[in-house]
Amino acid sequence: MLKVDELRVSVGGKAILQGLSLEIRPGEIHAMMGPNGSGKSTLAHVLAGRAGYEVTGGSVTYQGHDLLAMEPEERAWAGLFLGFQYPVEIPGVNNVYLLKAALNAGRKHRGEPEMDSISFLKLVREKAALMQIDDSFLSRGVNEGFSGGEKKRNEILQMTLLEPKLAVLDETDSGLDIDALKVVANGVNSMRSADRSFLLITHYQRLLDYIQPDYVHVLAEGRIVRTGDKQLATQLEADGYDGILAEAASL
Amino acid sequence: MSTKSKEVTELVEKKYQHGFVTDIEADTVPPGLDEDVVRLISSKKGEPQFMLDWRLKAFRHWQTLREPNWAKLHHPPIDYQDISYYSAPGQKKDGPKSLDEVDPKLLETYEKLGIPLHERAALAGVAVDAVFDSVSIATTFKDKLAKAGVIFCPFSEAVRDYPELIEKYLGTVVPYRDNYFAALNSAVFSDGSFVYIPEGVRCPMELSTYFRINEANTGQFERTLIVAAEGSHVSYLEGCTAPMRDENQLHAAVVELIAMDDAEIKYSTVQNWYPGDENGKGGIYNFVTKRGDCRGKNSKISWTQVEAGSAITWKYPSCILRGENSVGEFYSVAVTNNLQQADTGTKMIHIGRNSRSTIVSKGISAGRAQQSYRGLVKIFPSAESARNYTQCDSLLMGKDCGAHTFPYMEIKNPSAIVEHEATTSKIADDQLFYCRQRGLSEEDAVNMIVNGFCKEVFRELPMEFAVEAQNLLNVSLEGAVG
Ligand SMILES: Nc1ncnc2c1ncn2[C@@H]1O[C@H](COP(=O)(O)OP(=O)(O)O)[C@@H](O)[C@H]1O
Ligand SMILES: [Mg+2]
Repeated sequence: MLKVDELRVSVGGKAILQGLSLEIRPGEIHAMMGPNGSGKSTLAHVLAGRAGYEVTGGSVTYQGHDLLAMEPEERAWAGLFLGFQYPVEIPGVNNVYLLKAALNAGRKHRGEPEMDSISFLKLVREKAALMQIDDSFLSRGVNEGFSGGEKKRNEILQMTLLEPKLAVLDETDSGLDIDALKVVANGVNSMRSADRSFLLITHYQRLLDYIQPDYVHVLAEGRIVRTGDKQLATQLEADGYDGILAEAASL
Repeated sequence: MSTKSKEVTELVEKKYQHGFVTDIEADTVPPGLDEDVVRLISSKKGEPQFMLDWRLKAFRHWQTLREPNWAKLHHPPIDYQDISYYSAPGQKKDGPKSLDEVDPKLLETYEKLGIPLHERAALAGVAVDAVFDSVSIATTFKDKLAKAGVIFCPFSEAVRDYPELIEKYLGTVVPYRDNYFAALNSAVFSDGSFVYIPEGVRCPMELSTYFRINEANTGQFERTLIVAAEGSHVSYLEGCTAPMRDENQLHAAVVELIAMDDAEIKYSTVQNWYPGDENGKGGIYNFVTKRGDCRGKNSKISWTQVEAGSAITWKYPSCILRGENSVGEFYSVAVTNNLQQADTGTKMIHIGRNSRSTIVSKGISAGRAQQSYRGLVKIFPSAESARNYTQCDSLLMGKDCGAHTFPYMEIKNPSAIVEHEATTSKIADDQLFYCRQRGLSEEDAVNMIVNGFCKEVFRELPMEFAVEAQNLLNVSLEGAVG
């Protein structure tokens, strides 16, 4: 599904990712952990094609294509979804309107018929109920005046509608209370399938109590310094990053 | 951003869709302006003496004036002797009596512009007056309107058929002495529409006038007068287009609205004159005086404008809130791209007790365009408890354009409440990226963000035109980000 090979990325001349390799196969859930500033969001943004990042080496292959050569919207059409750490507000643009435009843009590029307004509304209400999002949020401006938690739930709502092949969720769990966390985890779990993969970027192992990852990676110094299973996350929670970082440094 | 530049170029090139010229024989007077030209226009239109006298007074006054220079606009001097002041397609006399007499080429022109004039093909519920250069060539649904007692006809026809109404109301809102361009218009005005809604009548249809400039080297000087008698109601819309030419053309219109007790006039404009090319060559100079007089108590006048075209726009649709409890509104979207310039805004003059006004102005600048909002809120001592709310938002696309805001307030009654809010924002890269990550193309993302920005204005437009306005905006901004 996704193969990142020795990826090097700098921002404003500063090297952030320094030879990061990662392979995600269909149906797998990978958790990416790491201290603040270690480059987690940088990885997410580079995968989604945000401008302002300079790729200085390595490659990324997604479903057999050179991902880095694709425009952001082409990546979206190919099933790549990014749940933003800080979803942006777009005043005046109806939430539902964006969702419908997004869904139909993808359908159009896959040669599927566009969904009409009535079927779409029905679908979006269903998904919103699942995410415990009140209908009134649908007609508000995109993320306009949403609380932190509401924004995150809105991201997951978009994911459940767009049904991506690979979802990269950047700290979707941050700033959520335990109930909201469960709702978000439900959203992810309900979408788990043999041909859909997830990259969960998180700072805490808390989310992993609700979503079972296949792999846990630790990102530091621009590289993956450890890969393990759920146990690794638990160990991190108990001991902090220091032990692992020191160990990595001594290698 | 890495949008393929070829595509963007193509989009910009197909940008102005109404730039064709209709090849039709025209009766055009030679360029130049003196009293004889004024007399000639008046005689071609078969006007009564009072009209000619008024034109001449205006002309003599205009000769004493100088072009205003306070607006934030730059253009080479206009040579008023180099313009032809009258041009009528294929006929020596104004105003055909029925559509069958209209030259098929003209009907075809309007068809191409998306405004079929045959009633069976026309947009349901909308009556159209079609003005081509200096004359009105057809007015639809006249009979249906006449049944309701509504007068909707070309201005020249009104001067001949309803001289007493014209004499009573013309120039009472915008006197010919008002300003340079109003004086010029009063001297040489060609055609436009006249609307009279009698007491207590709710006009059964949307009324609209479609202005088309066709001839080269001509100016268009239309004049529109709308009178809503006590307790009446009307919604009116104007649209405008012109061919693509390398020369600038002058358009100097005057619009007067009068609302008596409990009457309401809703006036909407979708202005799409040729804006010039991406290097600022050609385009219409649009100098327009629009003013509404809320003469009666509880009267209401509402201006909604979408200004997307013209090389230069100089326009301040205003309301004189004379009547007690009268209401004035101004909702505006102005878009400037490439080298377009716009200096636009409104004046709300509060005279009556308890008069209220709302101003919502949305300015969008792209390319190297410059745009100014210029507004005046004036509260007279008599305007006890007057209220105004002004909201003025600018959206910048790219780093080479500019937005400027000049809000003036003169408050002479301490009980007045005047609020002003202003914002300037850019389409942020992170908004664009967010939309593209969800699968929208860059163009679609820009359109969506811009339409969101303009929403409060678009929802004021009659439904039939809201979609058109949105599309127009999208076309005007194509290629603006990249
Ligand atoms: N636009 C930017 N300009 C300069 N430095 C940046 C920019 N974005 C991120 N960085 C730096 O890159 C590093 C990694 O940031 P980020 O990927 O956001 O980390 P994380 O998500 O793991 O907290 C940090 O040191 C951060 O300061
Ligand atoms: Mg981050």
